[in-house]
Amino acid sequence: MTMRRDEALRVLARHVTDDIVVAVYTTAFDWIAIRSSPLNYIATGAMGLGSSHALGLALGQPDKRILVLDGDGSLLMNLGTLVTIAEVAPRNLLHFVFENGTYEANGSHRTPAHGHVDFSGLAAAAGYRGCYTFDDLVTFANEIGGVLGEPGPVFITMKVEPGESPKFDYEYMHGARVREEFKGALAGPG
Amino acid sequence: MQVQVDATRRTQAGVLHGRKIIDEIKASGIEFIPCLPDIHTSEGLLRPLWRESGIRMIRVCKEDEGVGICAGLSYCGKRALLLMQYTGLLDSINAVRAVGVEYGLPICMMVGLLNKEPGVLPGESKHYGVRVVGPILDAMGVAHHVIETDADVGVIRPAIDDAYGRGHPVVLFVGGNALP
Repeated sequence: MTMRRDEALRVLARHVTDDIVVAVYTTAFDWIAIRSSPLNYIATGAMGLGSSHALGLALGQPDKRILVLDGDGSLLMNLGTLVTIAEVAPRNLLHFVFENGTYEANGSHRTPAHGHVDFSGLAAAAGYRGCYTFDDLVTFANEIGGVLGEPGPVFITMKVEPGESPKFDYEYMHGARVREEFKGALAGPG
Repeated sequence: MQVQVDATRRTQAGVLHGRKIIDEIKASGIEFIPCLPDIHTSEGLLRPLWRESGIRMIRVCKEDEGVGICAGLSYCGKRALLLMQYTGLLDSINAVRAVGVEYGLPICMMVGLLNKEPGVLPGESKHYGVRVVGPILDAMGVAHHVIETDADVGVIRPAIDDAYGRGHPVVLFVGGNALP
C-alpha cells in the first residue's frame, strides 16, 4: 500500500506550528505548495545532505523542533547520516523519508534495491530512538500526532506515490531569497 | 568574491603545536567541530580537541555531512569548523560548491595535507593529491591558507572572521604534523 505524497503532507501540515521543516527536492516542492513558511529550509545543495543540514539546525536551535522531509534517493546518497544523527541523538529532530523507489527529481529512475531496503530498520539499527513506517493515510493521520510528540531522533518511513505534480521552481529553491527569508525568520522580529 | 591565496609564499620547515591551533580556533568563536581523523592532526589536534571545554565535537561518517552540519549551524549564528583530511575535502567538493560557494555560506574547513613534505609548497609536492587540491580551490574561488608552523597560526582567526563576516567558505590547510 502507498499514500499520495501530497495528501500525507497535508495531514502532516496540520501538526506543524513554528517548527523548522527541512525538505528536499520533489517533496520540498510539494511541501512549500501546501505550507508556505519562512521556516521552510529547502536550500540543501545536492547529494542527500538535507538531514545533515537538519542536524546542524537541531544543534543550533535546541528549543525548536526540526522536521526533515527526506527522499529515499537522497538518503541513499548519505546513509552515514543515520549513524551520525543517532550518535548525536538530538531530541528535537524527526526524520521522515518519503519512499517512492525512484530518483524522482532526475527522471523517476528506480533506486537500487527498491522494495528490499527497510529504511526504518536501518535507522533502528543505527540507533534512532523511535522508528515507524506508514503506508496508509488513515493510520498515518491517526498516529502522527503522537509520534511527533516523542523525543528524537525519530525516523518515519512514508511509503508514497506522487500526487498532483508540483511546480518545480529550482530558481526559487536555490535562490538567495529563500535563504534570506529563513535567516530572517530565525532571527525573529527586530 | 575575493580570493585569498598564499600559495606563492614559501613554507618553512619548523614546529607546529596543536595547542596553538586550538587556542586560535577557540578565539575565533568556534563552538562545533564536525570531524573525521587525519594522521597529520590526529595526536596534536583532534585528540586534544575532544578534551577541550567549550567545543562540541561531532563524529561524522563522511566529510560532506560536515558541510551540511556547518551550514545549518551558520543560520543559527553558531560557528563551526570542519576538521578532515584533504582526501575528504576532495570528496566533498560538490557540497562545498553548492552550499559554500553558490549559497554563500561560511563553511570553514581545517584540512590535513597528508604526505605533504615539510618546507615544500603544496603545489610543488611530489604527491599528486597534495599538488592539485589548491588549484581546484582556486578554480572554485575558495580562499585557502597553509598552516605549516606555529608562525602561521595567526591566519586562522582573521580567515574565520572573514568567512562569517562576508559569507564564503575557507580552507585552512595543516601542512605540518601538529604536535601535542
